Amino acid sequence: MGKTLFEKIWDAHIVVGKEIGPSLIYIDRHLVHEVTSPQAFDGLRMNNRKVRRPDLTIATMDHNVPTTDRGLPILDQTSSIQIQTLEKNCQDFGIQLFDINSPNQGIVHVIGPQLGITLPGSTIVCGDSHTSTHGAFGALAFGIGTSEVEHVLASQTLWLEKPKPFEIRVEGKRKNPHAVTAKDIVLSIIKNIGTGGGTGTVIEYRGEGIEDLSMEQRMTICNMSIEAGARAGLVAPDEKTYDYLRGRQYTPKNYESLVDYWRENLKSDNDAKFDKKFTLHIDDIAPQVSWGTNPGMTCDVTETVPTPDEFSKGDANQKKGAEKALDYMDLEAGTPIEDIKIDRVFIGSCTNARLEDLIEASKVIKGQKISPDVRAMVVPGSQMVKKQAEEMGLDKIFTDANFEWREAGCSMCLGMNPDILSPGERCASTSNRNFEGRQGTGGRTHLVSPVMAAAAAINGHFVDVRKMDLS
Amino acid sequence: MEPFKKTLSIVTPLDKVNVDTDQIVPKQFLKLVQKSGFGKFLFFNWRYDENENPKSDFVLNNSKYNNSKILVAGDNFGCGSSREHAVWALQDYGFSVIIAPSFADIFFSNCFKNGILPISLDQSIVEKLQQDSEPIEVDLENQIIKTSSDEIPFKIDSHKKKILLEGLDDIAQTYQFEDKISEFEKQSKVPSVL
Repeated sequence: MGKTLFEKIWDAHIVVGKEIGPSLIYIDRHLVHEVTSPQAFDGLRMNNRKVRRPDLTIATMDHNVPTTDRGLPILDQTSSIQIQTLEKNCQDFGIQLFDINSPNQGIVHVIGPQLGITLPGSTIVCGDSHTSTHGAFGALAFGIGTSEVEHVLASQTLWLEKPKPFEIRVEGKRKNPHAVTAKDIVLSIIKNIGTGGGTGTVIEYRGEGIEDLSMEQRMTICNMSIEAGARAGLVAPDEKTYDYLRGRQYTPKNYESLVDYWRENLKSDNDAKFDKKFTLHIDDIAPQVSWGTNPGMTCDVTETVPTPDEFSKGDANQKKGAEKALDYMDLEAGTPIEDIKIDRVFIGSCTNARLEDLIEASKVIKGQKISPDVRAMVVPGSQMVKKQAEEMGLDKIFTDANFEWREAGCSMCLGMNPDILSPGERCASTSNRNFEGRQGTGGRTHLVSPVMAAAAAINGHFVDVRKMDLS
Repeated sequence: MEPFKKTLSIVTPLDKVNVDTDQIVPKQFLKLVQKSGFGKFLFFNWRYDENENPKSDFVLNNSKYNNSKILVAGDNFGCGSSREHAVWALQDYGFSVIIAPSFADIFFSNCFKNGILPISLDQSIVEKLQQDSEPIEVDLENQIIKTSSDEIPFKIDSHKKKILLEGLDDIAQTYQFEDKISEFEKQSKVPSVL
């Protein structure tokens, strides 16, 4: 019987395999950031252990760095300590660090691909659940906890139970690909399969609707695999993948011979068996807006906020969850999505803060001003994205429209730095999680695409971007 | 890690589905660089109002449950981020067993690294346990939960069971395979970053 792409990568990384129970899997790339690593380095010190492969380990600081002027001191003492701790740990253990002043600094899942560190067919881990982003390159990439970070630092391996392969086919063609984006595709998938729909699986995204996407769009899809509960999400590499990685700063010297090998080996066999399957037809899908407190609580921009009964389809626990969500979000069932007024707009995060995202959003903004009732910010995913955008004059388009143009980091996706919502504030956000209090205690998050966020900033409420000329 | 012992305690019922790691320990408390002291931040936004006074309607603020070691919650517990701080907070607060119909993958794996036993049981059994006001006993050795009226068996992977019961150091275990790791590295096709 044939194998899936995931199974091929898994099998190629087994150090110790067992019939039942976990296998010892080799890790090719370990990305480290300031929040989930200090306790891991401490553990190494306490046991007098070294980092086995500093040459496969890369660190940056992204989660709690301020996005204001990099010349200013970090006012939050605890953030500052965490950042200094990472600097010291990288120095002590010989790990390459892209620090706050490095031109390579940025959100770890944005810089990995941009620097050519992410490679097809490799295993990649990071103490961050959105590590699934790198799956867009045909890598097996997933988030781990701090104990596992320590384990990988010490041994370059992990004991893992083999997840099940899950095939998600995205079929058809979007009529307006500027208005209906990768974000809308992945939100539609999560809306359908639920936030636990992928638990215990690795998703392979396939079909015409995926092949049509650029690498940056595929990253948006794979990024949110974890929001469906999946361990990882991946896309088989193709010529777009190989072109993207060619000639980057850390692209391997023997790249072309690797590409030859990948072309032969990195695809699911025709007779491969998936344990689970789902198909989404995208010909007619609409821009999506989340209305609740998890990414599965999402609907079309043209719809109204559902009643708990409509949402739960008879499941008592889901109904209770929806009631609580409406209460937290201060929304009434039956309200048209387009009537929901917003206070803040955040364009950023490892989901949607790459150059293409900013280009698309800038088309909506160009020559206009944001609503006087809205405060809006753009936080580029990396210093490289920021620089490229500035070379194209995008910063000017955003600032002319009264957007704030910031330095790179995770920022208001999780509000560990000073960029947070005030209690009760409502935000159109291009990030990945609308959990209670995620962007600030009492803050209310609506997940949308960059173009939907930009349009909401101009209008002060959600609008269907299909009505706009975005070509 | 301390070996896992038989746990006897009343259960704390948390009647919510999709409890995410942002609720278990909100982001403003992730900036500590050690593992201890997270218990006071557990379910912070549900436990305290804006003036940091305990909310009387939240289950953890009911003194009846003060010494409970067993949390019984709804489906998809621990979804969201990979932050192990969520497990450190539950453990530091005093929980050593978490029972739910299902768990998010990363959270589930993080539990075993910190001596917490997560148990998946059918929805109907979970709901029954949430109603149980008598102490229950969780016996990992024999994989059984004893209530005043029932004996409920549960499943666990044998490797994970051993790690919990013996309080094993994962990394020391892995070092026994050093020759296999070195052998693997010799044939690996993926080049170094640097």
